Amino acid sequence: MSAREKLNDDLILGKHTYRSINDKVNNVVLNQNSHTIPWAVCFMVGFMLLQLMGLVILWLLYRGIGIWGVNNPSMWGWDIINFVWWIGIGHAGTLISAILLLLKQSWRNSINRFAEAMTLFAVACAGLFPLLHTGRPYMAYWMFPYPNVLAMTPNFRSPLLWDVFAISTYATVSAVFWFLGLIPDVASLRDRSKNPIFRTIFGALAMGWRGASSHWQRYESAYIMLAGLSTPLVLSVHSIVSFDFAVSNLPGWHVTLFPPYFVAGAVYAGFAMVLTLAIPVRAWYNMKDFITMRHIDWMAKVMLATGLIVFYGYLCEGFFSWYSGNVFERDMMRFRMFGPYGWAYWMLILCNGVVPQFLWFPKIRTNLVALFVICQFVSLGMWLERFVIITVSLTRDFLPSSWGYFTPTIYDIGMFVGTVGQFTFLMFGFLRVLPMINNFEMKELLYRMIGRGHGHGHAAHAPEPALAGHAAGDGEEH
Amino acid sequence: MAQVFHPRANVLAKLSLILLATGPVLLLLIGTGVSRASHNTKAGIAADQPVPFSHEHHVSELGIDCRYCHSNVETSAHATVPPTETCMSCHSQIWTNSPLLEPIRQSYKTNTPVTWAQVNKVPEFVYFNHSIHIKRGLNCNICHGSVQQMQLAYKGKPFFMVWCLNCHRNPEKYVGDPDKVFSIYEKGQKGQDREYANMPAEERDILNVGEHTRSPEELAKGEEWVKKFNIKKKQLADCWICHR
Ligand code: HEC
Ligand code: HEC
Ligand code: HEC
Ligand code: HEC
Ligand code: HEC
Repeated sequence: MSAREKLNDDLILGKHTYRSINDKVNNVVLNQNSHTIPWAVCFMVGFMLLQLMGLVILWLLYRGIGIWGVNNPSMWGWDIINFVWWIGIGHAGTLISAILLLLKQSWRNSINRFAEAMTLFAVACAGLFPLLHTGRPYMAYWMFPYPNVLAMTPNFRSPLLWDVFAISTYATVSAVFWFLGLIPDVASLRDRSKNPIFRTIFGALAMGWRGASSHWQRYESAYIMLAGLSTPLVLSVHSIVSFDFAVSNLPGWHVTLFPPYFVAGAVYAGFAMVLTLAIPVRAWYNMKDFITMRHIDWMAKVMLATGLIVFYGYLCEGFFSWYSGNVFERDMMRFRMFGPYGWAYWMLILCNGVVPQFLWFPKIRTNLVALFVICQFVSLGMWLERFVIITVSLTRDFLPSSWGYFTPTIYDIGMFVGTVGQFTFLMFGFLRVLPMINNFEMKELLYRMIGRGHGHGHAAHAPEPALAGHAAGDGEEH
Repeated sequence: MAQVFHPRANVLAKLSLILLATGPVLLLLIGTGVSRASHNTKAGIAADQPVPFSHEHHVSELGIDCRYCHSNVETSAHATVPPTETCMSCHSQIWTNSPLLEPIRQSYKTNTPVTWAQVNKVPEFVYFNHSIHIKRGLNCNICHGSVQQMQLAYKGKPFFMVWCLNCHRNPEKYVGDPDKVFSIYEKGQKGQDREYANMPAEERDILNVGEHTRSPEELAKGEEWVKKFNIKKKQLADCWICHR
């Protein structure tokens, strides 16, 4: 792959017809031989790490959470750091699928499917941490208000409870949204597939989709409605996660800036992850015509913008801890910068403050290798951000006698690496069994491009009615 | 190629959606039912005892006071089940040949206690104390059901936390004269028909079913008792009262 590719304003490159788009997207699933060594390597490594996580969890359930590094005074450690990190990563998917849809950004079409999948898998990783940190995951239902024989309702004044609702709503809406979007594509797979097992599975998933205009009409209104529902979630979920800290009164946590700065950080980290996945996958599966350099360039720009907001947040934190005149606030900032975790703070500034500035240069934004490396810095930076916020404030609280130093154990590391494995496993499993690109939306896009006389007139037949362009596999090509 | 699914299968698709929406509610209802069912709480289910000891016999018919056997109930956390010697105080004289009493005689001879199966039990993480409850005029039946009618002892009520709290939040609905805790069994004895007829409604309800909803006047009296006992209502439902 040549590192640098040309920019082109078209969202679908090359000579494509409805059929060629259809074949290209569906063949990844229907032709199980299309998967190459890189796929197998990623999948297997993910699978192995997932097994590792299984062992760690078993040991955790047997021994209790004492095997983690969390202990007085640092009652929160990697578990909550990883939780916030994963939840943040999920945000790009919702942003792309909901907000960009409402804003009629057609560049979302080729990336929304797997960004949404990424959201789901990231939330699945995130959810594990608080669940296991309860120590008794089998009692998790206690977190919901249900009529019980203990006469207990959860504490509605606790942001941790708000988290429960925010995340479970988020997971549900994202899953429904994702599934809804899949229905027409799955129906297309059902119709194309020759394998009876595939036909049965896809047939069941398609839920009787025929591509009738009444189907499309309902589909469109349901989709828009769900997009409207998800839009506030993009903002609310990470705001609420930030309340876990902001509502407490620990210096370094009690910051009113947290909600917007966490949300920006989430989108920032999310786009970094979308790019981390999109850059290799588009090369391996030769999807360059659909995920064009234009897409990549735009995603890099979103990263730059949100990265600047995040960096502005760091500056504000520094400024306000000085400006507050409060000795605890000032000390906390001093400890962050020059205390025992100083290394983490300056790494954070490097990753989230300095490195993203390279994205100002169009040459770097279109250099895939450079961009990939920057994305890794961003992911690391966002992880360090939570690390700095959580550990410094906890290990340097009001009582010097209870100060401490947080050291993770191998089980902390095992859990984290394990969730990375789980994410990879699910992601690459998804690439193999479901269409990674929104097939019918791409065809719709092509229709709109031809319709506008965009020079893409090589579709053998003249522009067809929009609905035919939509139709999952019937009509246009039989 | 023909479709795998017939159009009729669409009904299944719709059904699955309905199930998805109602499923959680259904699960909740099932869970609610199962957790409260006596299979789970063991309420109303008699345990297998080495000797079929009948409270009805010894309390209602013979008129033995609870404290004769559960001697610690007024003074300690545990009511305690009586030792073999207590039974032998009578059964060394009467019914000495009853085969049902063989384990008691064996226990007496070999000086090993009878292993009664305990039916009323709170988990280890709950602290419970009988003496304070008896001193606040709470009758055994309020918590154990009508013991004097039991052929075999069984758990009268499931000890859910909500049940403990229901009283701890509103003790005025239950507290009363501590001197009357045991007298209701006397009045309820077989043959005491006149005294039974003169019993106040509250005592009769508690004797027969272990439950009574107080009238406004009775509640006002209850409030007085609460004041007299100096019960700190605000604290009584705090977690540390029972989870120490
Ligand atoms: C106050 C005297 C007294 C004491 C104390 C006493 N019992 Fe009895 N028990 C009796 C009498 C009287 C009967 C016979 C009642 C009848 O059938 O007329 C009886 C009957 C029984 C029977 C039924 C015997 C049969 O063959 O039908 C059993 C079992 C029994 N008692 C067990 C016990 C146990 C166990 C204890 C100790 C916890 C105990 N009793 C303590 C007086 C006593
Ligand atoms: C003659 C002795 C005797 C008398 C009198 C007596 N009990 Fe018992 N009680 C026993 C014995 C023996 C057991 C254990 C065997 C059983 O559970 O049936 C027992 C068990 C119980 C239990 C169940 C304990 C458990 O296992 O959780 C309760 C509750 C109880 N008695 C309440 C009472 C009350 C209330 C009275 C007074 C109305 C009373 N008893 C009078 C002997 C007696
Ligand atoms: C406020 C409710 C309450 C009242 C009133 C009450 N009990 Fe209990 N009883 C309990 C509970 C709860 C347990 C289980 C205690 C445990 O597991 O430690 C119990 C257990 C027992 C037991 C068996 C275990 C033990 O503690 O030895 C006996 C016997 C018993 N009660 C007898 C009585 C008698 C007799 C009275 C009346 C004098 C009485 N109880 C009044 C709630 C009550
Ligand atoms: C019917 C009413 C009632 C029920 C049911 C009841 N309690 Fe109580 N409890 C009281 C009253 C009244 C007091 C006395 C409070 C006082 O005097 O301050 C009390 C006191 C206590 C105390 C002692 C508090 C202290 O300060 O030492 C404990 C422990 C306790 N209850 C546990 C329980 C448990 C556990 C249960 C359920 C298994 C339970 N109670 C069920 C009425 C009840
Ligand atoms: C009046 C006594 C009482 C008070 C006060 C009380 N509890 Fe309980 N609690 C119980 C009893 C009894 C149980 C056992 C219920 C059962 O076995 O179903 C229990 C069980 C529980 C359990 C379930 C444990 C498990 O593993 O099943 C939790 C959690 C709990 N209590 C929390 C609390 C909290 C929090 C508070 C304060 C808001 C509180 N309790 C106050 C009596 C009490």
